[in-house]
This record gives sequence, C-alpha cells and structure tokens, in this order.
Amino acid sequence: MTSTNFDPRILKAPHPVPGAPDNWKRFFSINTDAKVIGIQYIATSLLFLLVGGLLAMIVRGELITPEADLVDPTVYNGLYTMHGTVMLFLFLFPVLNGLNNLLIPTMIGAPDMAFPKLNAAAFWLVPVFAVLLMASFFVPGGPAQAGWWSYPPVSIQNPLGHFFNGQQLWLLAVALSGISSIFGAINFVTTIIRMRAPGMGFFKMPLYCWTAWGAQTIQLIGLPALTGGAIMLLFDLSFGTSFFKPEGGGDPVLYQHFFWFYSHPAVYVMVLPVFGIFSEVFTCYSRKPLFGYKFVALASFGIVFLSLIVWAHHMFYTGTPNWMRILFMFTTMTIAVPTGVKVFAWVATLWRGKLRLTTPMLFCLGGLVNFIFAGITGVMLGTVPIDIHVGNTYFVVAHFHYVIFNAIVLGVFAAVYHWFPKFTGHMYYEGLGKLHFALTFIGCTLNWLPLHWAGLLGMPRRVASYDPEFAIWNVIASVGAFLLGVAAIPFILNMVSSWARGPKAPPNPWGAIGLEWLLPSPPPAENFEDDVPTVLNNPYGYGLDQPQVADEAFYVRRAQEA
Amino acid sequence: MTSSDPSVQLDHTPGHIKHDGHNLTGFVIFLCSESIIFLAFFAGFSLFKLTSPEWLPAGVDGLEVKMPLINTIVLVSSSFVAYFAERYLHKGNLWGFRIVWFITMLMGAYFVYGQYVEWSSLKFGLDSGVFGGTFYLLTGFHGLHVITGIGLMGLMLFHSFRPGNYEKGDMGVTSVSLFWHFVDVIWIILFFLIYVWQRY
Repeated sequence: MTSTNFDPRILKAPHPVPGAPDNWKRFFSINTDAKVIGIQYIATSLLFLLVGGLLAMIVRGELITPEADLVDPTVYNGLYTMHGTVMLFLFLFPVLNGLNNLLIPTMIGAPDMAFPKLNAAAFWLVPVFAVLLMASFFVPGGPAQAGWWSYPPVSIQNPLGHFFNGQQLWLLAVALSGISSIFGAINFVTTIIRMRAPGMGFFKMPLYCWTAWGAQTIQLIGLPALTGGAIMLLFDLSFGTSFFKPEGGGDPVLYQHFFWFYSHPAVYVMVLPVFGIFSEVFTCYSRKPLFGYKFVALASFGIVFLSLIVWAHHMFYTGTPNWMRILFMFTTMTIAVPTGVKVFAWVATLWRGKLRLTTPMLFCLGGLVNFIFAGITGVMLGTVPIDIHVGNTYFVVAHFHYVIFNAIVLGVFAAVYHWFPKFTGHMYYEGLGKLHFALTFIGCTLNWLPLHWAGLLGMPRRVASYDPEFAIWNVIASVGAFLLGVAAIPFILNMVSSWARGPKAPPNPWGAIGLEWLLPSPPPAENFEDDVPTVLNNPYGYGLDQPQVADEAFYVRRAQEA
Repeated sequence: MTSSDPSVQLDHTPGHIKHDGHNLTGFVIFLCSESIIFLAFFAGFSLFKLTSPEWLPAGVDGLEVKMPLINTIVLVSSSFVAYFAERYLHKGNLWGFRIVWFITMLMGAYFVYGQYVEWSSLKFGLDSGVFGGTFYLLTGFHGLHVITGIGLMGLMLFHSFRPGNYEKGDMGVTSVSLFWHFVDVIWIILFFLIYVWQRY
C-alpha cells in the first residue's frame, strides 16, 4: 500500500443534503423521497399512538370500577371500537410502512422505492382517512360502535337513519386504508424483487427485508378479501342489499369469513417485520451471526402460507361445523412450528453473545419474552375446548394485547431507537430511552398480565360494567395503562430533543453490519446513487472474517467523509 | 418547493424511476391482488347460490342469456384484437396500433352499452334479496373494471400522439393490455357463474 489514502471516487461521492437550515420543511411537503415519506409515516403514526392511547386510558378509567360510571355504556362501545381502529389502521400499519420506507431501500442498496409517486399517494391517503375516521366522533349517533371487527347484524344497524353515520365513515376509512396498504405493498414487493444491490441474492438479503416481503405478500392476498367484505357491508348498511341479512337470504357468518381471512393474517403483517427487527437487533447487540439464517428467512414464508389457512379459529363459537373446527385447530397449532424456529434461532443467537444492553436491545429482549408468553396463550386459544370456554373473555383481550403491544409495539420502539441515529443524524439520549423501556415494560406487564386471570375467571370483554369479583385485576390493569401513558413522556422528550440538539451521529454508531450503515447519517437523497456496493455475504457476519460487501473500506470512508 | 434544495427534486435521476420492467412487475402484482376481490365475490355468490333458501326473488324466473352471450363474444374477441394492436406497436407501426387499439376500445364500449341495456330491462333491483344484490355487485364491479380499462386504453392512445413517446419502450401498453385480458377472464368466470349455472 502506498502512503497516500486518496481515492478519486470520494470526490464525486454524494453529499448529504440533510443539514440545510430549513430542511425540516420537506417533511411537511408532498415529497417522493422514501426517507422523507418514511419519517412522515412514523411521525403521523406516533401522533395517532397518542390518540389511541388516550382512548385506551379512558376505557381503562371506566373499567377501574365495576360500575359504568365514567362514560355512558354507548359511548364506551364507541371508545373501544375507535381505540382498536386507530391503533391498527392509524398507528401500527403506518408505522411499519414508515419503517419499510426507511429500511428497505437503504438495506438493499436501492436509490428509492420502485414507484415513488405511488408511495407518496399511499402516504397521503393516511391523513385523508384519519380525518374521515376522526370526523365520525362528530356525526349524529357518534362513531362506530360495533368493535373493530364490525360484525353484522350489529354493524348494519342505523337507528338514527342518517345516511352518513359513524359506521359508514368507519367503513370508508377502512376501505381507504386498504387502498393505501395495497399501494404500499405493490411498491415494497416490487422494490425487493427488482432493485437489490448487485450480488444480493435472496439469501444474502437482510432478514428485515425477508419479513417485510412476507408481510406485504399477506397484505396483497388478504386485504382484497376484507375489502370485498367491507364493500358488501357498506351496501347492506347504506343501499338496502341483504348480503349479511338472513331475512333477505344473506348470511352474517360469511362476513366473518371475509373479515378473518384478512384480519387474522393482519396480525402476521404486523408481527413479521418485528421478527425482522429482532433478527437485526439481536445479532448487532450480541455480536454474533444469526443462528440458522436460511431457516429464519424461509420460516417467514412458512408463516405467510400458514397464516392464510387458520382464520376460522376466530369462529369456533359462531356455528362453525365440527370438522372445520378440528381442521383449523390443527393448522393453527402448526403455526407454532415456523414461529418456534425463529424463537429458537434468536435464543441461540443470544447464547453466549457479548450482550450490550442498549435501549433497542432492551426493547427487543422484553418483546421476545412477551412474545413467547403470547405464543403460549395463543396455542391455548387455538385449542377448540379452551377457546369455547374463554373466547369473548378478557383472556382473548390479554392474549391479543400481549402480541400486539407487548411484542410488536416494543419491537417497533426498538426499531425507532436502533435506526434513529441513521435517519435523523443525531444520537438519542440513552438514559431517557432506558427510562422509557422500564416504564413501558412494567406498564404493559401490569396492564395485561392480570387480565389473563380475569378472563379465565370469566370476565366478558366489550362491556362497560362487570362483576365486582374482577375489581382487583382491573385496578392493577388500569394502573398499568396509566403508567404506559406516563411512558410516552420520556419517549417524546427523547425524540424531540435528540433530533433538535442531540450529539451528531457517526455513520455506524452501533458497529452494525448492513448496507444502511455504509451510508452517511442521515443518508443522502439517492442513497448510494450510482456507486452501489457489490454484496458478498449476508449482513450477519459478526465476529467472522466475512466482509458484507466488496471494497468495504471505501464505503466506510466515504460515509465518514461525507 | 425550491429547486435549489436538491432533496425535493421530485423525479430524482430519471433512469432510476422510469423503468418499464418495474412497472410491469408492479402491475402484475396489482392484478394478482385485485383478482382476490373477485374471488371473494365469487365465493360469496357460490355460497349464497348453494345455501340460500329462496334464491330468485318473487316474479323473477331466471336471467335471459342471449344478450349477455353476444356481449361475452364481443368482449372475448376484443382481447384478441388488443393483442394484434400490441403486435403492431412492437413492429413500430404506430397507425396500425392506433386504429386496432381504438377498435378494442369500441368493442369494450359496446360491452358496457349491452350491460346497460340488460340492466334497464331487469325486473329486480339491488335490494331484491341476495340474488339481486350479488347480481348487481358482480356485474357492476366488473363493469367498473371495463370502464377503467377503456379509460386506460384511451390514455395509451393519447400517449401515442406525443412524439417519440414509444421509442423507449411501450410505456404501459403491455400493462393495459394485460389488464384487459384480466377483465376478460373475470367475465368468462362471471358468465358461467351467473348465467350458465342458473340452468343447473
């Protein structure tokens, strides 16, 4: 080697645009850059996490005493319906699409998504249906009250007779959300299939991309079925058809098939990317290669396939014939196999690793523990005799929230912290992050662990009042819920102050492997532009003499000097 | 938006974005997804037809088949016509493409007209039980696709008059043509379900 370190390619290296003084303005404009759209998605969805959280805290406030005293029981029905809808369609789906936007192009070395304009359209549908959904609070009769599943006949009642009613706005909002998700899914899948860096075969792809691909495949297959069902429901509600009305020859159970054909896999749409996050975070902070990379990757599609043939386990007690119950019980149990493969792989990755307990690692460890617990109660619920006993009780509510909040949302928080320095260019404050984790973990455990007991004892869900014998579990749960509300404070404080004046982030603060860490923080508009690295190995070569890309030193230096 | 800020340039580098291959991949994925809505409707229709205690509303004894059959023949043959239009385009014969493509559009328009005539002669409505509901839902939803298809073909025709537009590639004609075949296949299934099955 000569003494000079000069590399002429560095001269024409991209200069990071972010950093201009009024740069924040682009986040409030219609922009087609995936990294801007990603942050728009995440910021919008975190705002709605607060809205949904507020609704949840009113619900828990109501349930702190056995009597229905805080809000009217009708209002209560609207509150939990809107809580569920806001959390799923305005928080979780958008936040994961935001992560997809940030991570997929940077991880596979693409300059942007395959269809940037479609991407922007998908994002800007979110505020549109958010306004529609929020508007339903102000129409006569209030918001939809039929729960997030909107089963007929409850959902096709229109007692006040107004053409525009809460349920109708709800259906329109869900339909628009579906269109937005389909736009997103087409974009993500096309990007992953067609825009990977040279040398990046599918089995050298980061696991986040595998899981996001699987999740978006589910969106493409499942979502149209729900849209079909929602169109039929809308016609029943507003235009006098009788698809789901027995008096006109219709069948209300058919709606349940349409609904669950999508809405069970929808849980996997949310959990699969979190599996990807786990795989990225565990390897990075335990400094070990991912155990069984190929199996973990393929298990994602095992889950995709199985998720499409389990939906009737939500219908064990709605007149489903016995042969169907047995069949769906069997398929439901089988899902534990690919999921178990992943869990074992993570545990084996952590085993004897050199663990660094940073905030994202803590969130992932907490999420994994909770996920294993949720998986066990999930297998219980998939068993016909147990499900018939505890279905429609708080056991289901507790199980569901253990998956959705305690595993998925914790994973989402982990991702937000892990990639925060990369996409904002600033480090977050570790102390506040750990405080956020502690409050969240204690809060979510207090909130949902006791509700398993309440459910096993027979406390029914979706009612504003309950038998006083369940009071103790509900008091603990409500305390936990309010603690989760408190946990939002350090989080918001951390995000806002770190972005505004946090220390400047180096390109690779965690010593992680992956194409996104070879970019400057924050990455320039077109990522690698024309100088895309050639991928040699999968991004989990921690502790191995196995560079991920050819000429890695060049890219590292270019990122540092940008 | 100011052009001085490079981050807000809408179309980054053209070579990255305008890529026919991506468009086709994305469109095929979209069609696969779209077919699931139809599958859901078909499944619903079949279930109702098999299980509903009273299928036909009072005063209705089935659907007339002749007119829809002519419609079917027109729509199915228009798919072949669209294929010839595409061939002309690939050979670089722009006027051949335009004329044959326009004939495809006319055949599509005839289908929509035939559908309109059929609808206006029917004695049942959207609210005539599950039979009326599914009939109008399926044919209406399919009809919307036909109208969309004609609109997209019109757009392609319009594009063909912009100089040099088709030199770099077919700019969506393959996708629209694929969409038209898709609409066609859906109609064949629909025709068998709604019109042929009623005799058995």
